[in-house]
Amino acid sequence: MSCCAPAIDMMLDMERAKSAGPSDDEILLSRRQLGNGLSQIDLAVPSVHCAACIQAIETGLSRLANIESARVNLSTKRVSVNWRGSAVPDIVPTLARLGYPAHLADELGAEKDGTLSELITAVAVAGFATGNIMLLSVSVWAGADGPTRDLFHWLSALIAVPVMAFAGRIYFRSAWNALRHGRMNMDVPISLGVTLAYSMSLYETITHGHHAYFDASVSLLFFLLIGRTLDHLMRDRARAAVSGLVRLSPRGAIVIAPDGRRNYAALTEIEPGMRLFIAAGERIPVNAIVVEGRSDLDCSLVTGESGSQGIEPGSAVLAGVQNLTGPLTIEVTAAAKDSFLAEMVRLMEAAEQGKGAYRRIADRVSALYSPVVHVTALLSFLGWMAATGDWHLSITVATAVLIITCPCALGLAVPIVQVVAARRLFENGIMVKDGSAMERLAEIDTVVFDKTGTLTMGRQGLRDVKFSDEHDLAMAASLAAFSRHPASVAIDTAFSVRSRQRVPYENVVEHPGLGIEATLDGRCCRLGRMSWALEGGDIPDLQAGTAFSIDGALRASFDFNDSLRDDAKAAVRELAGTGLSLEILSGDKAPAVAQVAGLLSIGMFNASVLPSGKVDRLAQLRTTGKRVLMVGDGLNDAPALSSAHVSMAPATGADIGRNAADFVFLRDSLMAVPLSVQIARNADRLIRQNFALAVIYNLIAVPIAILGFVTPLIAAIAMSGSSLIVIGNALRLRAKKRGLSIFWPASVKSSSGTRESVL
Amino acid sequence: MATLVYLLPIALFLGALGLGAFLWALRTGQYDDLDGAAERVLIDTNPGGEP
Repeated sequence: MSCCAPAIDMMLDMERAKSAGPSDDEILLSRRQLGNGLSQIDLAVPSVHCAACIQAIETGLSRLANIESARVNLSTKRVSVNWRGSAVPDIVPTLARLGYPAHLADELGAEKDGTLSELITAVAVAGFATGNIMLLSVSVWAGADGPTRDLFHWLSALIAVPVMAFAGRIYFRSAWNALRHGRMNMDVPISLGVTLAYSMSLYETITHGHHAYFDASVSLLFFLLIGRTLDHLMRDRARAAVSGLVRLSPRGAIVIAPDGRRNYAALTEIEPGMRLFIAAGERIPVNAIVVEGRSDLDCSLVTGESGSQGIEPGSAVLAGVQNLTGPLTIEVTAAAKDSFLAEMVRLMEAAEQGKGAYRRIADRVSALYSPVVHVTALLSFLGWMAATGDWHLSITVATAVLIITCPCALGLAVPIVQVVAARRLFENGIMVKDGSAMERLAEIDTVVFDKTGTLTMGRQGLRDVKFSDEHDLAMAASLAAFSRHPASVAIDTAFSVRSRQRVPYENVVEHPGLGIEATLDGRCCRLGRMSWALEGGDIPDLQAGTAFSIDGALRASFDFNDSLRDDAKAAVRELAGTGLSLEILSGDKAPAVAQVAGLLSIGMFNASVLPSGKVDRLAQLRTTGKRVLMVGDGLNDAPALSSAHVSMAPATGADIGRNAADFVFLRDSLMAVPLSVQIARNADRLIRQNFALAVIYNLIAVPIAILGFVTPLIAAIAMSGSSLIVIGNALRLRAKKRGLSIFWPASVKSSSGTRESVL
Repeated sequence: MATLVYLLPIALFLGALGLGAFLWALRTGQYDDLDGAAERVLIDTNPGGEP
């Protein structure tokens, strides 16, 4: 790659190593046919981030035969390619060669989102109307009189009509929805206030009255729509970033027919009894039994076990595990809809239902606030009726009360804080799904971690290396470069730097489940399982581990361990320091879990927990009144993630888990967890302050309104004044940024200088 | 009052023009890739269109 490397790349490098990109068959399955022999495919290319990238991709792809056009969208990090003919051009290999690994975009993210464009159009219409009506209103306040005032009022009424119909619709719909289900939300008083203000002003205009509130009703909608649009943009951005990551479940597989022919079939067509061919590096699409071939499997995302697992004919394999070293023929035991992946989805849905709905702060407040407002307005109407008997005056006062109390500030109080907080999280590589997640995160008192891939990196790191000669290490690294096994990759990256030139090995053969063998100057060199590498040489110790041998003599040995995530210790200490209780729930074996728990000084841990066991444990915590943050990455964590009060997942996790989690962090550091908790708590405090400010404002303004002193001018000043105060208060969250960023180690900070604009 | 007869329509027309322009830009996908548009300025292209 030719340019700046954003932090997300570091994570994706890992994924890149794991995935070989979609095959031509997969592309054919998911292309869109545009007619005239033209096909289109949308690919996610997460590593695109500047003009040079755009140009490299677009010119690189246009040079291929049959490619009609290629267009990069930098905001969503996708490339859309149109081509002619039935054969797929070398799109993915070309992109990989250019340094941009691509994979199929999720249909979910590719769908054009109509809500956003509706919101933006509504903001535009409301903004236009607000500006013009305000101008007319200022003229009225400045003393326009008689027919001029009537003309201005009529014009305002006219301009406000499309706003009511178009922008107001969003609120009316939501309010109606809430009322129909017997609930109250902030949109109910908003809708009522706006409609009442408009109809009363219309009546005033018809009867040549002095005061019309068109400006109030329109600007109210305008401000609120801004808040709503910001909220939506934030979620959109997070979703695009998350759905751009690699999908775990393949869309199909190569089926071996009884007569030996091989066909690519879509996942839905695969049935029990079929035989599938799985190449090294591919993921296994359905539950199956191995018929032929030996290999190693990476099960870390599925079962939580960190070590790779050797398999041979007869072994059962679960959907979602990755085949690492050798080609396999497997016999399907369950269709995709009955496989491990689907089972997790069902568990997740059940967990989701068991959780019970969370009510957002704004809804809880408005449930208290709306009745008070409505009763106050009604009482002032009745009071003025009793006092004066003038029903026109009474309605005017009641409407003024409604407009003054109309929760402009309240409607902004929550979203504006959450947008600022989400932006801060985004700058630190953390995506938040929506505002309610942030509110829930502020309430937690317990954090439950998964081990593999969450507290640890989920990949093998070298722990202990024994050798007598540096040269042996260089030779081992050169041999390791031929294999994709995680252990080989780790040895290669650790030691290849030391040797400037590659060792000229010949006859390199990879023995799945055992290791790699090659000859050098007639001598047999092996890198792999200790017992296999030392075969026929020294008596091997009954010791696990990886060895490098020449003619059966031990030259170097390597011990592997799943390494702790960056800053895991600091993050755990930080969380414990804020009074949260911590716990580990892992599918891995007890000794491995105990070791990690010991290193991090976490007292509570459960090992060998099944996915349903995790859900049960969370349910148990919930019944004792705990609010739990679940941090996990694997398929086996997905049900637990959706059952927890709030959940977090690293971007390297299984896509199903990523979709279930409320927060997704893109960087390696686990400091994302305490940072998110802290930002959520700060945001929570600011939201409460904002509510307090809104209440104080009402305590001052409502009596004035009840006494009938409110004119449209006063209403406009009071409303915008309170909104500005609330926005200003929310922005204080940004100001604190510098003090917090010291948590990030220098390495992370240096890579965060990329342009990551949210809004 | 007489000036208002033409000033007001002009003001509203200009405002509506701006609104129309914005909605047109939105419909034609000019807001689909803001980051990309910002970066594409930097790409050198010959008058022929071939980079």
